[in-house]
Amino acid sequence: MTKTETVNHFSWTIGGPQGTGVDSSANLFLRSCAAAGLHCYGKREYHSTIKTGHSYTQIRVSETPINSHVDPVHLLTSFEKSAPLIHAHEVVPGGAFIYDPKVTDPAELDLHPEVLLVAVPFDEILTKLAEELGLPAAKAMIMKNTLAVGASLALTDFDPQYIEEALKATFSGRKAKLVAPNMKAVERGYQYIKDLGVSDKFLYRLEARPESPAQLVLNGTTAVALGKLKAGCRFQTYYPITPASDESVFLESKASEYGINVVQAEDEIASACMAVGGALTGVRASTSTSCPGFGLMAEPIGWASINEVPVVIFDYQRGAPATGLPTRHEQGDLLSARFISHGNPPRIVMAPSSLPEYFEFAFESFNIADEFQGPVIVLTDKCIGGNSQSIPPFNENSLKIRRGKMASQEELNRLAELPEFNGQFKRFKFTEDGISPRVALGQEYGIYWNTGDEHDEYGHIDEESENRQIMLAKRERKLETVAKMIPEHLQYSLHGPANADVTVVTWGASVGPLLDAMPSLNSDGISMNILVIKLFSPFPTEGVSRILNQAKVKVGFESNTTGQLAELVKMETGISMDHRVRKWTGRPISETEAVQAIREIVSQKSKEIVLTYGH
Amino acid sequence: MATNLEKSTKPLTARDFKSDVVSDWCPGCGDFGIVNAYQSVLAELAFAPHNVISCSGIGCSSKSPHLTKTYGVHTLHGRSLPFSIGIALCNPDVKVITTGGDGDGYGIGAGHFLHAGRRNVNMTYLVYNNEVYGLTKGQASPTLSLGEQPKSLPAPNPNDGVDPLALAVSAGYTFVARSYAYNKKHLTATIKRAVEHQGMAIVDILQPCPTYNDLHTKSWFDEEVEISGASFPRVYDIEAEGYCGKVQNPNDPEEVNRKEIEALTRIRKPDERKAIGVFWEVERPTFMERLYPMNPKLKETPVCKMVIADADGNPTTDLSNTYQEFFSK
Repeated sequence: MTKTETVNHFSWTIGGPQGTGVDSSANLFLRSCAAAGLHCYGKREYHSTIKTGHSYTQIRVSETPINSHVDPVHLLTSFEKSAPLIHAHEVVPGGAFIYDPKVTDPAELDLHPEVLLVAVPFDEILTKLAEELGLPAAKAMIMKNTLAVGASLALTDFDPQYIEEALKATFSGRKAKLVAPNMKAVERGYQYIKDLGVSDKFLYRLEARPESPAQLVLNGTTAVALGKLKAGCRFQTYYPITPASDESVFLESKASEYGINVVQAEDEIASACMAVGGALTGVRASTSTSCPGFGLMAEPIGWASINEVPVVIFDYQRGAPATGLPTRHEQGDLLSARFISHGNPPRIVMAPSSLPEYFEFAFESFNIADEFQGPVIVLTDKCIGGNSQSIPPFNENSLKIRRGKMASQEELNRLAELPEFNGQFKRFKFTEDGISPRVALGQEYGIYWNTGDEHDEYGHIDEESENRQIMLAKRERKLETVAKMIPEHLQYSLHGPANADVTVVTWGASVGPLLDAMPSLNSDGISMNILVIKLFSPFPTEGVSRILNQAKVKVGFESNTTGQLAELVKMETGISMDHRVRKWTGRPISETEAVQAIREIVSQKSKEIVLTYGH
Repeated sequence: MATNLEKSTKPLTARDFKSDVVSDWCPGCGDFGIVNAYQSVLAELAFAPHNVISCSGIGCSSKSPHLTKTYGVHTLHGRSLPFSIGIALCNPDVKVITTGGDGDGYGIGAGHFLHAGRRNVNMTYLVYNNEVYGLTKGQASPTLSLGEQPKSLPAPNPNDGVDPLALAVSAGYTFVARSYAYNKKHLTATIKRAVEHQGMAIVDILQPCPTYNDLHTKSWFDEEVEISGASFPRVYDIEAEGYCGKVQNPNDPEEVNRKEIEALTRIRKPDERKAIGVFWEVERPTFMERLYPMNPKLKETPVCKMVIADADGNPTTDLSNTYQEFFSK
């Protein structure tokens, strides 16, 4: 039987103890494929340790855009002994395994017999290279990661010029001198495989598409940072926490270029309070955190709500509760964000569902905060936040900055000339739409008071019943006002046919695998559409109900234990899901799992499906 | 130090800094004297009222901003410092002065109290210290000494009292002083020095709570203390006795070290009396001054005044340079 080649449909896994260069390999592999015009998605898993701890990355490469990872591995590469023990069983028949015979004996592994075994003597090759380059052997050994990429891509007949391009992009500026020796290591790995003559036995090919336009290769934390900079955020506070800190550290590395002030606070309570304080001066201010830190922000969020301060809070969700799974993915903060802070004060809660949306939501969250005058909580997650993908450049054409109702100095000067002016400003003036003109601390004739107590229009403490009724209603009214200002595509979106056999209701990182699953399900004869909800407060009840009332079979699909979105949809619309798919192992849902789950719902009518795949 | 703090062009009195809010403090409360002193300092220094941001935490004393006609930011219990720091860093052209109680600052806010020192943000912190949580009916605050039992405590205090001034010196505050609510002259002069100081200044103000602290009342503070057969006033000014806590040459590590040890020794000296005065004063770069060399744009324009959009709302931030790092080819 002759087998046909599979072109540009590929998944590669590399793993090893943290700190051994696995991340560098993965980055180089992904950037090489992206440079060749292919679409890439890199799923990164690591332990909450600095060294040791098994870490691995899967790079999925495709001819067409992709939004998720898959379970099967076509090529597993390792230059140490622990990763193969964990991942060997994932390699598909017809796939291949590149290993170092010095540390790994394939006979001891759970490998399918039809996996092509390719032994590469890493140490020997690099010792020889070290001699040629006049380098100490130990210095050459750290290039195992680049050698591994050269060997792996050789097996797919990939054009090595793109690896060189990627190396140049990785090692720029002061590190540029590292390009040449690393390229040598790539070439040696590449040549070793070619000399073995095994490429012909491996049926997966990666063909460059040089005509495709340039892509951006980045992860969600970087996309958010860029969106914030574009929006004019110039004050960011944070306390170190995985996986959120990457965003703030990146912003800090760009501080002098953009003039943003990034402050590391003593804890998350302080970082939220500092951001709110900063926002009172008129700057666009933000803080980013992850679950435990978000919990600590409950009180300042309430304060920002009662004082109507526009502040943007990003929560990169990870495995919960408590410390939970600090480096793993989960969508466990939806209800917490929706209800955080005593008294359920008005807040905006939203969640982007793709890497381009991470940029867009980061940008728009400041517009919405300024228009709403209150806290905007954006729920991101470890999956999209930490995974690198290749995507088209961000669309900046339609971006506009809207600051909402801000009292200009001219307006204040005019007010100050009125005979009734008493030297203070009605910052919390009762208005029809609930939104009152805002001044920045320090503006002349704008003196007013902030307080966490219920207050009057000037911001002075007022405990009277009548004032309480009017002031609280004013703040609540802002949610209705702002709901009309938020474009529909930032509230929810429907993907797939208007009428489908199955309607899946989902959010955040669970959307990608479903979008990718659609072609497979369609070819099975299953028609599915996906309702992605992106705004949770105020909830788009009307639009969501309209879609769900037409749905034949409704499936809740998310990464948390209790199905929080399904619970919220029921609360807001009265509509229950017929089926629920959930995963809470700390590993994101794959396209493979999405296909299987929907198939199972259609064929077996399973009510509850719990997904567990992945290391 | 280059701040662009605008002063008032017309002469001001303390009255110009009074809001129309009527205080809800108990008769005889030491807070009245403090807030009056505060407002007269603002007038003396001729601050334009809109350039002063009066911040506070939660508690009786934290209501002070509502009585004061400047911008007021009455925040959360224990969190006044991070709010204040956010304001001071984003708009260095205003003067941030924060008030709060001992429970607010040294209890629930103790973490922030410490880290505020490390940053040396240019602001002033006035703590009304009465050793009790007044607003919640007189529980022990962090400054109440071990074994003491003001009237609301069911049993003597099993905790040691914290020494906020020693803590402040260790944490990096660059102006550390104590005063007394009923010594108007000393209090006004000390608040003024604190407000004029460039950097993080704290004044711990002894303040009798007439309702809940029946141990350290105004008359207790006014009493003479007998030591070795002689009588001395309970509250005395260390500077009047010749102590000087100011570092003359902040670039001389030997002097800085010697003065710091002197200050801590003076603060921690066993004393039946109550010492007031400036214990420690040193000039050090403020937080913003530390940031300017790393981030020169901050020096040109405070972040709150940076232009982020053109007249049509188009963002003016150009990311093309940064995008280059991430392009696949």
